[in-house]
Amino acid sequence: MRITCPHCGARDRREFYYLGAEDYLHRPAEDAAPAAWDAYLHLRDNPAGATRDLWYHEQGCGAWLLVTRNTVTHEILGVRAVDGEATE
Amino acid sequence: MPSLITTSALQGLVPVRHGALALTDATPARITSVAPFKGREADVAQALKPLGLRFAAPNQVVEAAAGRCVWTGPGQAFLIDADPAPLTGLAALTDQSDGWVGLRLSGPGAEDALARLIPIDLRPQVFGAGSAARAPVGHMLSVVMRAPEGIEMLLFRSMARAAVHEIGVAMAALAARQQA
Repeated sequence: MRITCPHCGARDRREFYYLGAEDYLHRPAEDAAPAAWDAYLHLRDNPAGATRDLWYHEQGCGAWLLVTRNTVTHEILGVRAVDGEATE
Repeated sequence: MPSLITTSALQGLVPVRHGALALTDATPARITSVAPFKGREADVAQALKPLGLRFAAPNQVVEAAAGRCVWTGPGQAFLIDADPAPLTGLAALTDQSDGWVGLRLSGPGAEDALARLIPIDLRPQVFGAGSAARAPVGHMLSVVMRAPEGIEMLLFRSMARAAVHEIGVAMAALAARQQA
């Protein structure tokens, strides 16, 4: 499995640290209802197919990446820097 | 404070020679991390101009008489050897001099030895003059640069011994194959 870092190019996935679902990018407002916080902290989908999650290029440029991948085929469908432009 | 004796973290570890390859100490005299403040990128470029340098683009190292500027990540570069004073107020400057060691692998086949440790294409036609990359050396993160006399790697000072050992093993293995 290879991930194309927008800065460094195609690299082995072992250079990357996996954080988890992209839900971490959607933090509820401070005064949001407890249900929203519960969903943000604890509730995750477990799709068989396309999913989006956060990876960190720890052995490379140190960028946080939003990776779209297929959990069934392990195909990487898209990568973009959380604060920048897309590749692939 | 009395002046203390400076010793390299590589003292007694290098040079290492196997076959035609030599691993030597290339630790810069000074390393400053430069992260331009938001909207000040043009001012940083202007301030680097008198040094003959520019802010390195991704995967690039710029070389001049005053020193080098190498890309180290999004919005960040290392200023090597040169005095960072002209950048004061334009960028977040952090002295990194004591955190890193530099190793230079030179000689024909240096790319073949490093291919055992660094998972990127280092051949001159791909990784030529002015090329740099953030890439692992074995399990150690590193800044890899093409230099006039070979390939240079910046590695954490605390991992100097492990780095010399790993690169030395790769050099010896390559030399053994060439003799066979």
